Amino acid sequence: MTIQTSLGRRNFLVSGTAVAGGLSLGFRLPFTDGAAHAAEVQELNAWVVIHPDDKVVIRIARSEMGQGTLTGLAQLVAEELECDWAKVTWEYPTPGENVKRNRIWKNFSTGGSRGIRESNEYVRQGGAMAREMLIAAAAADWKVPATECSAAKSIITHKSSGRTVGFGKVAEAAAKLEPPKEVKLKDPKDWQIAGKPIKKLDTLEKVTGTQIYGIDFTMPGMLIAAVKASPVNGGKLKSFDAAKVEKMPGVKKVVAIDGNAVAVVAETYWTAKTALAALPVEWDFGKNGNVQQEDIVAMLKEGLDAPEAFVGNKVGDAKTAIDGAAKKVTATYSFPYQHHVTMEPMNATARYSADKCEVWCGTQNGEAALAATSEAAGLPIAKCEVYKQMLGGGFGRRGRADYVRQAVLIAKEMPGTPVKMIWSREEDMTHCQYHPTTMCKLTGGLDKDGNLVGLHIRISGQSILASLLPQNLVNGMDPATFQGFAASGPEATYGYTVPNLLIDHAMRNPHLTAGFWRGVNVNQNTVYMECFMDELAEAAGQDPLAFRMKLLKPKYAAVLKAAADKAGYGKPLPAGRFHGLAQVMGYGSYVAGVAEVSVSPEGQMKVHKITAATDSGYVVNPAQIERQVAGSFVYGLSAALYGEITVKDGAVEQTNFDSYNVMRMNEMPVVETALVPSGGFWGGVGEPTIAVAAPSVLNAIAKATGKRVRNLPLMHHELKKGA
Amino acid sequence: MAVLNINGKSVNATVDPRTPLLWVLRDTLGMTGTKYGCGIAQCGACTVLIDGMATRSCQVAINSVGNRKITTIEGLSVDGKLNKIQAAWVEHDVPQCGYCQSGMIMAATALLAAKPNPTDADIDAAMTNICRCGTYQQVREAIHTAAKA
Repeated sequence: MTIQTSLGRRNFLVSGTAVAGGLSLGFRLPFTDGAAHAAEVQELNAWVVIHPDDKVVIRIARSEMGQGTLTGLAQLVAEELECDWAKVTWEYPTPGENVKRNRIWKNFSTGGSRGIRESNEYVRQGGAMAREMLIAAAAADWKVPATECSAAKSIITHKSSGRTVGFGKVAEAAAKLEPPKEVKLKDPKDWQIAGKPIKKLDTLEKVTGTQIYGIDFTMPGMLIAAVKASPVNGGKLKSFDAAKVEKMPGVKKVVAIDGNAVAVVAETYWTAKTALAALPVEWDFGKNGNVQQEDIVAMLKEGLDAPEAFVGNKVGDAKTAIDGAAKKVTATYSFPYQHHVTMEPMNATARYSADKCEVWCGTQNGEAALAATSEAAGLPIAKCEVYKQMLGGGFGRRGRADYVRQAVLIAKEMPGTPVKMIWSREEDMTHCQYHPTTMCKLTGGLDKDGNLVGLHIRISGQSILASLLPQNLVNGMDPATFQGFAASGPEATYGYTVPNLLIDHAMRNPHLTAGFWRGVNVNQNTVYMECFMDELAEAAGQDPLAFRMKLLKPKYAAVLKAAADKAGYGKPLPAGRFHGLAQVMGYGSYVAGVAEVSVSPEGQMKVHKITAATDSGYVVNPAQIERQVAGSFVYGLSAALYGEITVKDGAVEQTNFDSYNVMRMNEMPVVETALVPSGGFWGGVGEPTIAVAAPSVLNAIAKATGKRVRNLPLMHHELKKGA
Repeated sequence: MAVLNINGKSVNATVDPRTPLLWVLRDTLGMTGTKYGCGIAQCGACTVLIDGMATRSCQVAINSVGNRKITTIEGLSVDGKLNKIQAAWVEHDVPQCGYCQSGMIMAATALLAAKPNPTDADIDAAMTNICRCGTYQQVREAIHTAAKA
């Protein structure tokens, strides 16, 4: 049972012909019954395919990794298409087809909570254009004006005559029509499918174990590789003794790749992993092998008072205002390296021959994976293809194609043989582009009435762009470092109005690769800003909410108020419980959180509840947003409680969940979410609320204990009374 | 060659006797519903039932299994019909990325067999599986729903 498609403008041939790979060829099978019949299915445009039996296949260019973008985008297309949601299924177009068809599906990259907020307009247009073509085809058949016809639930109706026809019946004729030049999109207030708490399209497979992730991919003749790269970033492979393991039963080949890694290819993963563990390997770590954690800490500390720094946001003269203030408040915070820890470790399957290279993998950026395939294979893009698989988590980790490159290089050593490369959890944990580590020194000046007259925020630490995309630095500056602190723009703008403000960054880049980690720099910048806001409020003798409300711009203030109201902020709490607040604007959405926390006399901290508010402009699926908010708190609280990657002799010390703990069920707070969409913009929801988790909890802890935690993770802090 | 009792069927597997059950299921038998997450019994993604007990299959050598009954996620639905736990998972639309959910459902299966009406504290104690997407709240709700079903 398979689908063999050629993504031509018009017709697809769907058949039951067996092709190696089956479902895993990158397309979700439109026919779930697996019947071995062929049928003409019609592509109306890049986004909409209609089958004779009315089944609607919606093409999704972005990658689904649990954030629900697949369902949300499909809702938007279906809304405009006026199809029956029960008939909707989906498929991924391939990155190679996107290149061949002049990027008809535009951007495949899935990060920055961009899926819906960036592509909503063109996917809705795709749905609307297909609808118009279907109506036009029916009208032509009936010889009536198209304006007298309408579509609803996959049926076209001619009102005055009462004639009706299903989409599937007119799809062939519709596909031959020219698409309309312009279509009018619906007002979100008229939505019937979008805006509703519809269940995800990919749930059934995930509760039956039938969902195929990259790591599950298989095809005839496939071998499996285990890989080990230099434990120290930048280190080189010096030597290895393949003879020691080559004769082990099931081992097929030992290969060196990129001068910095070695892989064992075997019949099964367990054989490959066992042989790799037994393989003698020598490394040359170079000077990075001498780097210790305290060196990184010292490097960042030095930047806190360094004279040179990139200026990200400046209003008035902060230094003069602070010097002249009645009261001066200073605090230094730090945020450690974090690992994404997707539940599915990195993996990719590659099949290489001299004239073709194919890859099957989960990726957040299909086109980057395709480019990496082409580069590693040494073949032009036209001879390469990537078939996207379901992701067992992404969180930014799978936006990078380092693992794709490795898989291709391994497969290149065995032309014609498909090889699935799987990283062990240990390999995954120690070879990542980590959430950058930074420190932050904040200095605020209050006048005699407790008004904030000047604020200097000095960030010191690592730049993601310097690590991954140095070409995107602006005169050496990394604008992304200032996420949440930006002066203007649609992304992550600073919400407080401070008459004299300076936010600057002393870039200090340790040797670990830094990268995008769900929420990115909004995370630590919000910890710094929102905890310090509480410190300022305390110094001013004011309530943290009231102190913020005086300084916040309207949309920020509205969301914070919504969260505070829903949480009952200011009203009596059960004995021993305390509220902490935080707010930020990230990824185009305004968010706030109120944590309800207790700390026992023995120092046991518990987060009982977090109440969140989100203004994402429009709401495409409220149920999925609520899940993203709750999930984002698990991500943010895991980092706050336990998350910390440290370095010894240049290598990452944490290797698995026993040394890199994460939050489990017993620590999960109740999460309540208020959706307060104010309309007129499209904000992302996969990331922003992560950032308010840690500071709202830290602010509540300070209220409960009088202790101000300024360095994460919390597991290092004794919260016991008197300690 | 090991003879295993999986989902009520007798299955032969020719593998090194020290191979963990997880990799026999995945690589030898092609049953990929059971997931690899950590390999050290920490995360629970590989949870299966052995004689009804939730067990992390990455730490079970195949030569230690004998003729005990193994149940995997593939063995829960009968004739394509979801069991009550899977149905509750669908009702609460639990999975996000879904990678941990086979293990979650297997752990919940063992919990509900032992305690048909678990309290939140029972759920906290039994459900130690890791979910990085953060579906814990929906997992909890789904277990309560399944208990009532």
